[in-house]
Amino acid sequence: MSIPLQHVLILASILFAMGLACVVAWRANVIMMLIGIEIMLNAVMLVFVGGSAQWGMADGQIFSLMLMALTSAEVSLALAMVVYLHRRKKSVNTDDFDSMKG
Amino acid sequence: MEAILFYILATATLIGTLCAITARQAVRAIVYLVTSFFALALIFYLLGAPLVAAFEVIIYAGAIMVLFLFVIMMLDLGHPEKMQAPRLADWWPAGLLFVAILGSVVVLVGTGRPQAPSAFTGISVREFSLALFKRYGVAVEIISMQLLFALVGALYLGRRR
Repeated sequence: MSIPLQHVLILASILFAMGLACVVAWRANVIMMLIGIEIMLNAVMLVFVGGSAQWGMADGQIFSLMLMALTSAEVSLALAMVVYLHRRKKSVNTDDFDSMKG
Repeated sequence: MEAILFYILATATLIGTLCAITARQAVRAIVYLVTSFFALALIFYLLGAPLVAAFEVIIYAGAIMVLFLFVIMMLDLGHPEKMQAPRLADWWPAGLLFVAILGSVVVLVGTGRPQAPSAFTGISVREFSLALFKRYGVAVEIISMQLLFALVGALYLGRRR
């Protein structure tokens, strides 16, 4: 194990920042926002696995597995929602979903 | 050896993610992201997590990204003119956030002292499964309930009316 934890954490922070930038920049498109959330969750998984490698415990890896199950649940619901919204408004642009405005 | 591989894979991950978030078409973004996830799976393997690496390839690159591709193709969103690309004015808050996070990382690296790498060779599948099903058995049950709820919710949202 010759990889310092610090470098793993730097890689994870850059990945997280990229995912956040994706969500903020593509805020008009639902699908690209979901992709940004995927990138952020991957960065979090990298932190868990890196910590598990640093301290030699399986707990971090188990939590990254839980995170993966959580992501698949989230994505299946979110994409079902995208299909539903597209059926109603024929668009995935978030600016079109404004029927609750006062 | 491991360290050199790690830096190469980290570069591949970062370049793939950068291409994904700046791609004009959603399908290209998905393909770039699959590349980046493969590199990330190898990083997980280097960090002594073979099972997580396998699940990264099977679930993330295999299932979730294919689900995205399915939805993009089903809704016919592959045309670039249907996806409104962000203008330059949309990028500056994102760039500001990115620079802020990067700056804080640089400050943290500058002030903290590096921790020595531990003598660790990896966690075998056997150890992993023992911990998963003995100590975290309740968590597995809760996750299975959550997946069931997600399934029911997706079926409810997807039905024709």
